[in-house]
Amino acid sequence: MSVDQKMDCGRRNLLLATSAVGGVAAVATAVPFVASLTPSERAKAAGAPVEADIGKLAPGEMMTVEWRGKPVWILRRTDEMLASLDKTDAVVSDPLSDKSIQPDYAKNKHRSIKPEYLVTVGICTHLGCSPSERLKPGAESGLGADWAGGFLCPCHGSLFDLAGRVYSSMPAPTNLDVPPHQYLADTTLLIGEDGKA
Amino acid sequence: MTTKSQALLNWIDERFPLTSTWKAHLSEYYAPKNFNFWYFFGSLALLVLVIQIVTGIFLVMHYKPDGTLNASGIPVAFASVEYIMREVPGGWLIRYLHSTGASAFFVVVYLHMFRGLLYGSYRKPRELIWIFGTLIFLALMAEAFMGYLLPWGQMSYWGAQVIINLFSAIPLIGEDLSLVIRGDYVISDATLNRFFAFHVIAVPLVLIGLVAAHIIALHEVGSNNPDGVEIKKKKDANGIPLDGIPFHPYYTVKDIVGVVVFLFFFSVVVFFAPEGGGYFLEYNNFIPADPLKTPPHIAPVWYFTPYYSILRAVTFPLFGLDAKFWGVVAMGASVVIIAFLPWLDRSPVKSIRYKGPIFKSALVIFVISFVILGYLGVKPPEYAFFDVIPGAPIAQICSVLYFAFFLLMPWYSKIDKCKPEPERVTSK
Repeated sequence: MSVDQKMDCGRRNLLLATSAVGGVAAVATAVPFVASLTPSERAKAAGAPVEADIGKLAPGEMMTVEWRGKPVWILRRTDEMLASLDKTDAVVSDPLSDKSIQPDYAKNKHRSIKPEYLVTVGICTHLGCSPSERLKPGAESGLGADWAGGFLCPCHGSLFDLAGRVYSSMPAPTNLDVPPHQYLADTTLLIGEDGKA
Repeated sequence: MTTKSQALLNWIDERFPLTSTWKAHLSEYYAPKNFNFWYFFGSLALLVLVIQIVTGIFLVMHYKPDGTLNASGIPVAFASVEYIMREVPGGWLIRYLHSTGASAFFVVVYLHMFRGLLYGSYRKPRELIWIFGTLIFLALMAEAFMGYLLPWGQMSYWGAQVIINLFSAIPLIGEDLSLVIRGDYVISDATLNRFFAFHVIAVPLVLIGLVAAHIIALHEVGSNNPDGVEIKKKKDANGIPLDGIPFHPYYTVKDIVGVVVFLFFFSVVVFFAPEGGGYFLEYNNFIPADPLKTPPHIAPVWYFTPYYSILRAVTFPLFGLDAKFWGVVAMGASVVIIAFLPWLDRSPVKSIRYKGPIFKSALVIFVISFVILGYLGVKPPEYAFFDVIPGAPIAQICSVLYFAFFLLMPWYSKIDKCKPEPERVTSK
């Protein structure tokens, strides 16, 4: 075959067309493989709501229940604890929870349905560590005499008050999430469903 | 050689390039005769790769990538590692060889990379060797990160939680990306299984391919040496470099000495300090993963800490994007920037032996910054030196110095006062 032989445009076009079709097929084959990486149906269904009995929770105490593989905290706040929220109003970055995630019925200062009970996802909104309890105010918390009580994230030091509101200029961008929840009875909480959706 | 074995060899050579491959890569691969201490670490990295593959194969025979709880409420994966440690004959040794091997891999690779910095091994015509090397380093980091999830302890779980959440900081695609990496809304059994697949199949295959490319590219252009002069410029009548000696037997024998010394230190760690003081195996990882409770202090394993410090050093938002996102960008850039070194160094000479005071100082500052970043990375963010000098701003300064070493190199390497290179290598 000589170099200056005329190019066979028909064959060239056929070659291009088959390559293009082959490429499309290759991309299409990748679809189920990528899809297999997304959460499975079972993982999606695992988000069932959980019930929590809060009857035995004493004032000032906190309990943790697991919902969707995450810790959900239920904190029964004392009057002093609730009063501390007035103090922290000035030092938290989103006092009215405008940028944070919570159902409308928890978009208030105490971030809950009943002021006494705080229900919140115990996962820092920065990188997902679970903050530790520093409920007691004052120097014994290790966070200084001014500490009003709240939570400290061990990973990158974000501080939260007793309504899960993040202090200003912390790595965490928003307040702790409040999950959808409702009271089935006075002392029974259902977390993960609020009967509105 | 007897005629019979010669005949067999001929039979093979007519069908497979056995003799010619042996010659090209070993018995007639001419390496500079002035290799020194720093040239041990390439072959040692290969040795550690073999140790990791062999011990890894045997661990997979007993390990179970299963995040669900067994009858006694312990995650199956965690329990299977304890089973290997306590009940599989020799299992403890194989596992310690593998876990110590991971740290040894990074020790050896960091020293190997430092050798490249010292003698300008990244310079023309070895740019591709260097790029393949950077990719090996990246693959190694992915391999180590995914492997660390498998014991399913507290550090495994929460370390992965933090690092995967970093990806969610990427605008637009971040949330979906982290969902695809985890395969679930939280780190779960799905995450454990896919990390297992990547750790034992996908990443090792990529690593081996890259190592092959690294060595093929090296043998194409020939090795650099402590003087940074090309031995191929001076050849004898047979076309053999005057300053070259065949890799086999000269450097195979030299490297065996290195292997013996390395295995001596390696064994000391494996048998007497397998936990490496909590740096090779972190104490919190002896507690089973608990999705409801983060350990009071989490830090990555030592070999990631310089990059983790750079990540944490970015604490301010820019252009309307989170500090978190820029931290991820800085961490990624700090690794990727290494690949650009061949084009950043404008010095007329390759080796540190003939480079001027500016480059030497820059390298010293770079190494010190890297070590300080590594040190701060294992400490909590509020750590202060001697309880008075806060660590966070120091980490920020060191991060700037880290990048300055690379980004200012085109200027300082050009104006530096270098000594003339010799014509030939200077070994006695």
